[in-house]
Amino acid sequence: MDSLIVLKNGRVLDPAAGRDEIADLWIEDGRIIVPDSRPIAEQNCIDVSGFWVVPGLIDMHVHLREPGEEYKETIATGTAAAAAGGFTAVACMPNTKPVNDGSAVTRLIKEKSTSASAHVYPVGAISKNSDGVELAEYGEMKAHGVAAVSDDGLPVMSAQLMRRALEYAHSHGLPVITHAEDAALSKNGCMHEGVVSTRLGLPGIPAAAEAVMVCRDIALAALTGAHLHIAHVSTAASIAHLRQAKREGVPVSAETAPHYFTLTDEAVADYDTNAKMNPPLRSEADRLEIRRALSDGTLDVIATDHAPHSVLEKECEFELAANGIIGLESAVSLGLALVRDKVINETRLIELMSVNPARILGVPGGSLAAGKQADVTVIDPHHHFILTEDTLVSKSANSPFLHQPLTGRAVLTICAGRITHMLLQSMKG
Amino acid sequence: MTEPSIFIHKHILGIKELSPQDIHHIITTARSFREISNRPIKKVPTLRGKTVVNLFLEPSTRTRLSFEIAAKRMSADTFNLSGSSSSTRKGETLIDTARNIQAMNPDVIIMRHGRSGAPHLLGRYVDCSIINAGDGAHEHPSQALLDAMTILDHKQSLAGLKIAIVGDIAHSRVAHSNIFSFTKLGAQVCLAGPATFMPADITSLGAHVCTSVGEAVTGADVVMALRIQIERQHDPLIPSLREYAVHYGINRALLKLAKPDVLVMHPGPINRGVEMNPDVADGPWSVILDQVTNGVAVRMALLYLVLGGDKSA
Repeated sequence: MDSLIVLKNGRVLDPAAGRDEIADLWIEDGRIIVPDSRPIAEQNCIDVSGFWVVPGLIDMHVHLREPGEEYKETIATGTAAAAAGGFTAVACMPNTKPVNDGSAVTRLIKEKSTSASAHVYPVGAISKNSDGVELAEYGEMKAHGVAAVSDDGLPVMSAQLMRRALEYAHSHGLPVITHAEDAALSKNGCMHEGVVSTRLGLPGIPAAAEAVMVCRDIALAALTGAHLHIAHVSTAASIAHLRQAKREGVPVSAETAPHYFTLTDEAVADYDTNAKMNPPLRSEADRLEIRRALSDGTLDVIATDHAPHSVLEKECEFELAANGIIGLESAVSLGLALVRDKVINETRLIELMSVNPARILGVPGGSLAAGKQADVTVIDPHHHFILTEDTLVSKSANSPFLHQPLTGRAVLTICAGRITHMLLQSMKG
Repeated sequence: MTEPSIFIHKHILGIKELSPQDIHHIITTARSFREISNRPIKKVPTLRGKTVVNLFLEPSTRTRLSFEIAAKRMSADTFNLSGSSSSTRKGETLIDTARNIQAMNPDVIIMRHGRSGAPHLLGRYVDCSIINAGDGAHEHPSQALLDAMTILDHKQSLAGLKIAIVGDIAHSRVAHSNIFSFTKLGAQVCLAGPATFMPADITSLGAHVCTSVGEAVTGADVVMALRIQIERQHDPLIPSLREYAVHYGINRALLKLAKPDVLVMHPGPINRGVEMNPDVADGPWSVILDQVTNGVAVRMALLYLVLGGDKSA
């Protein structure tokens, strides 16, 4: 069978190789190959001139909701949404029902992922049932495919447990992803504490609820020498601690999500539950500092924190609504806005969305070198589109970015040599 | 006020959405209704055939009674539906409740709810008018309107007045609505209370935060004390009611710092001896019971105006 795919005349952007040139990219039998002189049939060619050809995007922070909440999303629909958004791999958080705190759930996720539209790297729980009391079995989960551990959605309130998690995960070569939040400070809060929460009469979550935990976890990473990754950084204060830690050589990496560099707490407007997430949308000063940190290297990754919820959780009183928004299908467009705004350049965007997450998780990807698995994304930076409930691939539609013009989109996604998303015609049609 | 302004609001969700003209319009209308409550037969046919549903999902006795009396004096038919919004039942319940009420075709829903923004949510699902009778720590517009009306019974205008509000500002929808209302009408609002009672960036609403009660009360034209919610002590905001009374309670000695013709107000119910001494609450400065009387008139006016009273008059 002829499995050759030639992406013709694209702008090949491969930050790992320092490559940025107009070229063809050849893919055969699931791998990237060196172009040769053989004659190529038209049906094997896809014209991608005017588009960027980049290593497949990796979202290291998603919630696929399976097992347990399949009415919100499944591994099949979530990875299809990932492919539609240009992602070839996702790391899925363990707060499923039941929690992924052992090999049974890890194996279930891996089995279901064999037919998925993207590579799936499960994240195991830090503690059993994410209760924050006892360590989960990292060795066994790693043997079945977890790429990191996290109690995401819940903070690890015990500093002692966090210390032990870092030490034990280090022994198994797993990064610890921290959901940095002091639950006593954030208790009852449902949005950023500030001008808007006061105007709306809603209980607030102070920026300090994140910063004090970032500070604690950095101290524990320094103590243990273990790799700490800070999830969904939302505040300027956290960035300051992070910058200092990196300067001192603490083994810490960090991500933010597109909504934190795009929106502020003003998006809550008239109690819009699609602007409710945890950590919450912050102030304009925080937003600007997040953008600066993406540019100066303090932040390593853009991850979406894709968190599907149905109308059951979102069409209700703001305080009672679930936290989280979907993000897979809008991330490329929001990331490209940073390039258009000259906050970062194209290369940096690909580092943030592909190269760095691969490195942090220790998974394949982030490279277009010959011989590598063919995980490739083609981006049309000028594609104009509008997401609606009907056009979304995700099973849920809880997004503040629906019904508004977006620019820049993945037009072709290739995962291990297989086309998982295509808005283009091949040259033959 | 003689300006021929037209009242265009379908809902009364908060003072935030009202203009100074709207506020004066409501108060002027309320004044014209006030004498109805002094008649031997306290009923006019103005809202005959109109259906008013009191949807109170948080306990309330006074506000509900006041709205019910207001509606009945206007000859509207009133129905009460109460329940609890504090349970963890999902919001579809509220929306389903709203749709069920809507199916019975009421003209107005008067809503009290423990969560901020709940009336705004309801407004997206029903066709009738909604009057917010208190939502979470957000707004209590009819209370702010009756407070402004009571002050205007004694003062020419709110412009330039110094109004002190003392107590738990953070958890008080009355304080929020009054800050919006008083500042829109040109008064200077001075807040006092321990920092645990102050919401973040409250000055962004136009209020001034004082370092002591004395500073807030000095030279004040109006002193309003808020009820201290004893139930809220799971979050340690103050060490004890006793200590609060000593440092923040309104007493006679403190009132000497205010203007001689100061008005003392309280949205009720009073914890006597905590936020306000009995001799102050019952003293010559007190207009606390006038607030209650005006409450009925303001609520008659709100019902009349949202039901398009101006257009049919």
